[in-house]
Amino acid sequence: MNQEELKARLLSLLVRVAPEVEPDEIDPALNFRDQVDIDSMDFLNFITAIHKQLGVNVPEVDYPQLSSLNGCLRYLEPRLGD
Amino acid sequence: MPSLGSDMEKGTLVEWNVAPGEHVSRGQIIAAVETDKGIIDIEVFEDGVVEELLVPIGSEALVGDVLARIVTDNASAEGVPAPAPPRKTPEPAPPIPPTDQPAVAESSDTSSVRLRITPVAQRRARELGIPLDGVIGTGGGGAITLEDIEKLAAAPPATKAPPPPVTGVDAAAMRRAIGAAMSRSKREIPHYYLGSTICMHNAMRWLADYNAIREPAERLLYAALLIKAVALALRESPELNGFWRNDSYQPGAGIHVGMAVALRGGGLVAPAIHDTDQRALPQLMADFRDLVGRARHGGLKGSEMSDATITLTSLGEQGVESILPVITPPQVAIVGFGRVVERPWVVDDALAIRPVVQASLAADHRTTDGHAGARFLNTVDHLLQNPESL
Repeated sequence: MNQEELKARLLSLLVRVAPEVEPDEIDPALNFRDQVDIDSMDFLNFITAIHKQLGVNVPEVDYPQLSSLNGCLRYLEPRLGD
Repeated sequence: MPSLGSDMEKGTLVEWNVAPGEHVSRGQIIAAVETDKGIIDIEVFEDGVVEELLVPIGSEALVGDVLARIVTDNASAEGVPAPAPPRKTPEPAPPIPPTDQPAVAESSDTSSVRLRITPVAQRRARELGIPLDGVIGTGGGGAITLEDIEKLAAAPPATKAPPPPVTGVDAAAMRRAIGAAMSRSKREIPHYYLGSTICMHNAMRWLADYNAIREPAERLLYAALLIKAVALALRESPELNGFWRNDSYQPGAGIHVGMAVALRGGGLVAPAIHDTDQRALPQLMADFRDLVGRARHGGLKGSEMSDATITLTSLGEQGVESILPVITPPQVAIVGFGRVVERPWVVDDALAIRPVVQASLAADHRTTDGHAGARFLNTVDHLLQNPESL
């Protein structure tokens, strides 16, 4: 999966968690929570979806690294199988 | 038509999931009703056979109106869910399908013209504004499933209708309903307010250890600990767990904590987690997760809307540290939690940095005094100091 594909997958997971999200309006550098009304339940659902769909089990201590789209890409890319 | 909240006067029948002649079991969802708080699934409270559906789809009914007649298995006809007026002894029931058959509407002649779609998929399609004409699903008999809807939703936007309102909730109607309930509360209930700062050091540590060895799907949010602590504390404070009705206090039949859930696009609902105190944490978390999902995406049940014996509101997500909440009538108490924040905290004879949360209680002075409320908050505090026992 290349970076663009991963980005698209992540945005689709985010939209499933928070249906009002407009993927085009997400600034990849900014914290999700500053752009979208997501709470800790939504975030846990997002992390669960990443685990189920992408096979990456993100420990709780690493959550802060996944607080923006760019952060997710940086964190997940090296951890994806191939 | 059941009352799905003290402020509800009527509802619109939007879906029948059963047809006359069908066997239904206690707890089965037989209909969906649109209220000011969205579309709520209506359960049946008896085992029996549907005799007659009295309210057609699209019609309004007042709270207390009979929606359907069901001949119960012990053979007395009853209205659902409100008892119907007395009537004849039921004659030998009309064509009853063998009871070991799954109770689906296949015998009904409307199914051949009706779109084959699961209720949850239909609701989702409505939310997403996805047109269903000509869609053949992947479910049994070509039924459209939730998965099909999600796939359609993921398809190129050209096929999508403009973004629909979320969960079919009429925002103005919901505001009116909340306004009516809160005005009544402020007008009638002599509130008193108490607050307490609770050290969350033990709880957060225990939680971090618990979650560290579990996959995301099994992890707990700290809110689950708060909910459980409140539920257990209510066992010792039954005078806060119930209703003020007809000028007297009626204790709740169980501890059913109503969780205030903010809806996307505004408004809130506070559906109950039944028998909250009896649920082990993993089960409680699963139920909480499921409840929030259904509150936001549709599928709440009537009993969840009407059974809460107390409400819990947690606004920590929004950054506030303390809440002075307003009681939802006819309940007599509401518990609030703010954000967990790190603060200087005295440990033995030194200062330490500790995560703390402000717990608050608003309670009805007609039922209790501050003394009882204070004891309750103290118990919550004690319970949270021993998270392993929650």
